[in-house]
Amino acid sequence: MNELRELYEEVILDHNRNPRNYPRKPEGTTHTAHGFNPLCGDEFQIHLRVKDGVIEDVGFEGAGCAISTASASLMTEALKGRRVEEAEKLFEVVHDLLTREEQVQDDDLLGKLTVLTGVKEYPMRVKCATLPWHTMKGALEGKQDTISTE
Amino acid sequence: MSVPASIREAPRPAALDVERVRVDFPILRERVRGRPLVYLDNGATTQKPRSVIDAVSRYYAQDNANVHRAVHSLAQRATEAYEAARARVARFLGAADAREVVFMRGTTEAINLVARSFLRPRLNPGDEILVTALEHHSNIVPWQLVAEEAGARLRVVPMDAQGALVLDEFEALFSERTRLLAVAHVSNALGTVAPVTEMAAVARRHGVPVLVDGAQAVAHRAVDVQALGCDFYAFSAHKMYGPTGIGVLWGRLEHLEGMRPYQGGGEMIRRVTFEGSEYAPPPARFEAGTPNIAGAVGLGAAIDFLEAIGPETAGAHEHDLLAYATERISEIPGLRLIGTAPEKAAILSFVFEDVHAHDVGTILDSEGVAVRVGHLCAMPVMRHFGIPAVTRASFGVYNTRGEVDRLVAALWKVREVFGR
Repeated sequence: MNELRELYEEVILDHNRNPRNYPRKPEGTTHTAHGFNPLCGDEFQIHLRVKDGVIEDVGFEGAGCAISTASASLMTEALKGRRVEEAEKLFEVVHDLLTREEQVQDDDLLGKLTVLTGVKEYPMRVKCATLPWHTMKGALEGKQDTISTE
Repeated sequence: MSVPASIREAPRPAALDVERVRVDFPILRERVRGRPLVYLDNGATTQKPRSVIDAVSRYYAQDNANVHRAVHSLAQRATEAYEAARARVARFLGAADAREVVFMRGTTEAINLVARSFLRPRLNPGDEILVTALEHHSNIVPWQLVAEEAGARLRVVPMDAQGALVLDEFEALFSERTRLLAVAHVSNALGTVAPVTEMAAVARRHGVPVLVDGAQAVAHRAVDVQALGCDFYAFSAHKMYGPTGIGVLWGRLEHLEGMRPYQGGGEMIRRVTFEGSEYAPPPARFEAGTPNIAGAVGLGAAIDFLEAIGPETAGAHEHDLLAYATERISEIPGLRLIGTAPEKAAILSFVFEDVHAHDVGTILDSEGVAVRVGHLCAMPVMRHFGIPAVTRASFGVYNTRGEVDRLVAALWKVREVFGR
């Protein structure tokens, strides 16, 4: 039950119940990507407005489980106002947090995102948490194909 | 939420000593996340009794050789075991002849064989293949593949809001372009039992051959292919307490004899020259390469296991669990049953209004309860109900009312975690 509580942290449940920047496509969106995990049906569009190398605004649309929804919501909050390079660094740090056995956890950079730590105990759910992040990265890289983490 | 009358009035289980059955399944002593395993994912695959595990292991330890080839004694033992399994399957299905039993990798391969070797040569532009709204992807996609090639199309028998097939206008779906009817005996997503005998009778009136996908049926009810009146019946061993990687296509001999091979290789020929080859008669014609001999032996043992209990007794026991579970989970706030057809077997699918199926699955797992979540390889069914995914509890002969209670307690845990 403790592991379960770590997975479904209050912050996660809150972001699932009331996702931030959702459902929203910011005015003047410059980057969009589509993420879809066909086996579980999680599906999101991530939208970013980037100007002079800075992510000015982020929003997302779609639907998924609590883990993917909360991960997307937390991500939009964490990205706003960051430089694109910082977003890419954050992607790496979150990815390590979710997939690496041993990682140097950068709590300063992660901030609230540390609540995603509990997902690691549920390997079947890691793909849920990483989907919005891969989709965001795909958007920044201008990928047109649907992105999947299955 | 109302419990369908036929479920409420289900017969009490026949005298099945569940505790004795459970002893035969080593895996049921496993613990998951610190709790005794409650295995309710039988629709995906059932667990294996000791007798099946032993039969496979005994085959490898004592009889292993290739079949139908060498003259040495082990080869003879292996061949006898393999062909005895075929005869066992024929008796199990009420087949007229063991040559009508083709060993396949599973239901999926069996359907693909019929699509490729039976239907494709008969298919012309504008022809129609009838399927139902209940089907698993494996009873849709193989037909689409050959339909695309031939310029034919699928027509779909509709279902109602309960998940029962709507057969009022079934006959009107047939035309002179109809080349095949493909129908699931039991729906994997909803548990709906299709009235296959009646449907096959209509198809026969129109001269249309019928394939029945029996993957979800064979472990839960007695099957007699002659009485069903179908032309092909496909099933997998692993959903009826047997090994994975082995299944059966039963087909009427006159159909099998007229069909071209599916794959080429050893075992399926009579004579090979560089100018051409002469094919073996069925079933060997469709069993190219070294078959899954141990799997066939394990399937034979699984049939022995199932028949010792009696498919009807197993079905009645599971029906009792289904009725009990249907009633109990109706207590959970925000939970809605998906699939409430009057005729149902062993499958209970549901959704929470406010919790995604994957979160339900994870919380149930943390309580040691194994269920299936997702679209269940039946996306058209999900679309019919306007949902992306369901949680499915599916019952087997070793499940108990106590395990249903564990499921219900775990579903209350979902409520606890997600509130309200």
